[in-house]
Amino acid sequence: MNSRRDFLKNAATGAVLLGAQSKLGLAGKLDLHTEPGKSKVVIARDPALHGATAQLDEKRVLDLLDRAIAAYTGLEKPIDAWKRIVPVGKVIGLKTNGLGGKGISTHLALVLAVCERLQQAGVKPGEIVVWDRNARDLIACGLTINTDSSRVRCYGSDVSGFEDQPVSFGTANVKLSKILTRECAMVIGLPILKDHSSAGVTFAMKNMYGVVERPQDLHPGGCNPGVADLNCIPVIREKVRFTIGDALTSVYQGGPGFHPEHLWYPNALVVGEDRVAVDHTAWQMIERKRAEAGMPALEAAGRPPRYIATAADQIHRLGVNDPQHIHLLEI
Amino acid sequence: MKFSSNWKWAIAAIVIVFATAGLGCKKKSSDVFPATGVITGWEKTSETRVFAASDLWKYIDGDAEQYVSAGVVSTSTSDYKYQGQLEATVDVHTMKDAAGARKILETGTSDAKPIQLGDEGMQYAQSIIFRKGPALVRIVAYESTPDAPLALLALAHGVEAKL
Repeated sequence: MNSRRDFLKNAATGAVLLGAQSKLGLAGKLDLHTEPGKSKVVIARDPALHGATAQLDEKRVLDLLDRAIAAYTGLEKPIDAWKRIVPVGKVIGLKTNGLGGKGISTHLALVLAVCERLQQAGVKPGEIVVWDRNARDLIACGLTINTDSSRVRCYGSDVSGFEDQPVSFGTANVKLSKILTRECAMVIGLPILKDHSSAGVTFAMKNMYGVVERPQDLHPGGCNPGVADLNCIPVIREKVRFTIGDALTSVYQGGPGFHPEHLWYPNALVVGEDRVAVDHTAWQMIERKRAEAGMPALEAAGRPPRYIATAADQIHRLGVNDPQHIHLLEI
Repeated sequence: MKFSSNWKWAIAAIVIVFATAGLGCKKKSSDVFPATGVITGWEKTSETRVFAASDLWKYIDGDAEQYVSAGVVSTSTSDYKYQGQLEATVDVHTMKDAAGARKILETGTSDAKPIQLGDEGMQYAQSIIFRKGPALVRIVAYESTPDAPLALLALAHGVEAKL
């Protein structure tokens, strides 16, 4: 643990020249092996991730991340894979989710593991911004607020502020965080898998509620079509390119807050570029756990995550939710 | 001139009355949280934060809807630590009436153990939820330890006594 923290503080600042980049200065499609028209999603598991005391083994988290990224990119060496994922000399945002509070927020071990690999791939510490709605949410993840650009930065939209001019798509009329609009060239989503009392499931797409000033405006109708509309806003659609979903710990009922009575340890990461496919996959994980626990399906509970199908429809075209078009790789 | 002076005094008096009322309201909300040492082993580790119903989303976002629809008026929250290790959060939701508190409590699950606390209470391994009048209290520990259930129960009784 200490060595990883030290790594964050002391990592070399010299950038490594990376491979060819797209016109946007972003990495190209990461998954080169899945047939056209299909979206790849990797679920990487390690049943031994949580020790007897429910503490995460941080070394195993890093190993799990490496396995997930290798399986997704087809590149065995983590550094090679990360060089494909991240662009040269650009600011990379890591959007965590600490809304649920200390017990059910993106795990620090995962954030540290991603920061470590990003730096090894040549991203300068100051080019990494770990961010969320506010300081409280980041602290809930175990993070420390830092705006010093000589180190990995970590602060919320309460520090950056929001754009004065709202942007719109469908029902979403929102003011976006300046961290998204002005700081980051690319965002990697690090959501945590949770049941959600109105939306059904919260994961990759719902995590974007943390980038707007008034997320509560997008909650009517079980967050449908709010989630899909929000994710269609061009700056979100273009910059949020990759999801490393934290399913190390989850709640299958009572979310999005921390309900320890419904805590569950999937010990998994869910990785993909297509946020719709990632969310569909995560939804199935929640449903399986609910069935196992003798709980009704989310449809029967009156809160199916309808926004996932909406996100895949002809208006939104954010990704695919048809299992026939999802190349699910479980390792 | 005299009228103007009286008018200023009247405004000042109104401001003082409203400010005092406001402080009183905040203090009342905060008062339900036992101070450090009042309950053996428990330390109050944060300031009490108070959220009006319209701002509850700032605290619990998507969860806010079920409380708002049940008639929450305000929510107060504070963090605690037991014997320097076990961390917990106490949320006190003040509802419009007892029916609102009952509505939220009913969403509990069958694995809860009923406890004698307030008007109705339930305990899980790491959490306690109970209602008393219009108040709904939820206490959650962030770890499962052997002494957590008893420690949480003691803290819950401390809150209940102040409601």
